[in-house]
Amino acid sequence: MPMTRFLSSEFFHNYKRSASAIIGSTLMLLFAFAVIAGPFLVAQNPYDIAALDLMDSYKPPIWLEGGDPRFPLGTDGQGRDVWASILYGARISVFIGLVAMVASCTIGTLLGLIAGFYGGIIDSVIMRIADIQLSFPSILIALFLMSAVGTGVDKVLIALTAVGWVVYARTVRGSTLSEIEKEYVQAARVAGLPNSKIIRKHVLPNVLTPLIVIGTIQVGTFVLIEASLSFLGVGVPITQPSLGLLIKNGFDVLFSGLWWTSVFPGFAIMMLVFGINLFGDFLRDELNPRLK
Amino acid sequence: MKEQAALKPLLAVRDLRTYFHTFSGIVKAVNGVSFEIGKGEVMGLVGESGGGKSVVGFSILGLIDSPGKIEAGEILLDGEDLVQAGEARLREIRGRDISMVFQDPMTSLNPLHTVGRQMDEVLRLHTDLDTKARKQACVEMLESVGISRASKRLSAYPHQFSGGMRQRVVIAIAMLAQPRIIIADEPTTALDVTIQSQILKLMRAQIAKKDASMILITHDLAVVSEMADHITVLYCGNVVERGNTRDLIEAASHPYTRGLIDSIPDTSNRHERLNQIPGSVPDIRNLPRGCNFRDRCPRAQALCAKKEPALTPQHATLWAACHFPLKPGESA
Repeated sequence: MPMTRFLSSEFFHNYKRSASAIIGSTLMLLFAFAVIAGPFLVAQNPYDIAALDLMDSYKPPIWLEGGDPRFPLGTDGQGRDVWASILYGARISVFIGLVAMVASCTIGTLLGLIAGFYGGIIDSVIMRIADIQLSFPSILIALFLMSAVGTGVDKVLIALTAVGWVVYARTVRGSTLSEIEKEYVQAARVAGLPNSKIIRKHVLPNVLTPLIVIGTIQVGTFVLIEASLSFLGVGVPITQPSLGLLIKNGFDVLFSGLWWTSVFPGFAIMMLVFGINLFGDFLRDELNPRLK
Repeated sequence: MKEQAALKPLLAVRDLRTYFHTFSGIVKAVNGVSFEIGKGEVMGLVGESGGGKSVVGFSILGLIDSPGKIEAGEILLDGEDLVQAGEARLREIRGRDISMVFQDPMTSLNPLHTVGRQMDEVLRLHTDLDTKARKQACVEMLESVGISRASKRLSAYPHQFSGGMRQRVVIAIAMLAQPRIIIADEPTTALDVTIQSQILKLMRAQIAKKDASMILITHDLAVVSEMADHITVLYCGNVVERGNTRDLIEAASHPYTRGLIDSIPDTSNRHERLNQIPGSVPDIRNLPRGCNFRDRCPRAQALCAKKEPALTPQHATLWAACHFPLKPGESA
């Protein structure tokens, strides 16, 4: 019953006719599959030193001369399979993007609700911090934070969350301000509901829709920021190489003709972010009543 | 008036002053309003837009937001001063003792929750009933406001209801916890005329059944004359006249009230131009000295610019704040 309702909905109808939505969601599904099933798709665990053989180092992709059928996209300097590295690296990239998005969304939404609902000095303080943050590029703030707290997956998550909550806070505050003017919020107050309950039950559900779009696109943004941080050497540690770190590792030998160690991870990031953004754009068009 | 005061009123508002401290000056939205309502009575609170009617309603519930503030006065519910009451106590009172019906039924229900859930919320907050009893109470309430197949409708969303039906739901929610006072802020203004009279009848029947009192806030004297036992007329945050509905409608003594009554279209006299009160409400940030109405008043004299008129007894049950009140039969 819910399935048939979805299949006959306007959303699904528009989805079927939107090439970008189909391409975007297909790419996202492929990555979801790769992230979940990755370790079962490849024979080699690229983090297991015992599985590596230095004799296999810098093998080119399979279609070039000297290619090895065991390593379809070639290997790096340690004899690590690039294809396996990408599958493992994508896990880290996607994990960081998703977790940081959820954390940013939670914190930003909470602060936005508080700012919008209570107003006054609390509102001013929260929103001025947000304004100051927005006046700097987020990569710069993340870079600054990373150089202050050091590297590591947890540190990257903290830095991304510190950068990412702002958009949610601003959006939620805006919608909250317009929502609390509506009479049903007044009616809830008149009925004697405590503020916490009004915020949770009446305001929050009505401000969530735009966050779906922001959240989707932000995963892509976070993947890119994390890649940039790792490329610059302040991101994830070498023991947990994300896609960005793979590019960095390959970059050193890029101009020696060993291009595959860097280019394939780069291509993977591109496809991941491309898919997320395509689908995010579709969601934005669908969920924004003003664009209809 | 004297006998009424001797009976202890259910709600007494005494010299209420609610000011808004805005950037461009202090807005004295309610500036010394007093009235009383007995048990089972309906009071009409009448005035033009911007006259401070709704602010009175929100002041009673303690829902004046910054930059607004109740500066002075008492709001006595059964002798308890609500101006002094804390937020926790006010939350108990809201919805249980005093509830409110709003103007626009299209926005006064949350679009994301079912009607049943929004009704249940009030009962859960203010009663100890269990789930089954609450549902039963909701169904009965919906039926009593004239919504058929009520048990089915509980799981419907507000957008599945028409405007009139939504207002019935809103009234049902307001009546659910059996409050003693209902503040109805322009409850029929957003509805079309045929639905208006249905809703008014319904509200009157509901409060009669529960022996509740009502403050009916409206700009529409026709509505109020049908519903109210007595009427308080506000102008620029002041009470300009009050009295029993019949006395006030038949022979108001304040020129402003008379002007309001005369501007009701008279269908028996189609060719005459509709009467209106000249001018508009003055800027309440910057009220003139003396009587606020004098610039629009046909009877204004030199005294009106000097001295603010006090509320004094007139003929029958009427009290008016005017230096030169109208006698019955006299025309403005």
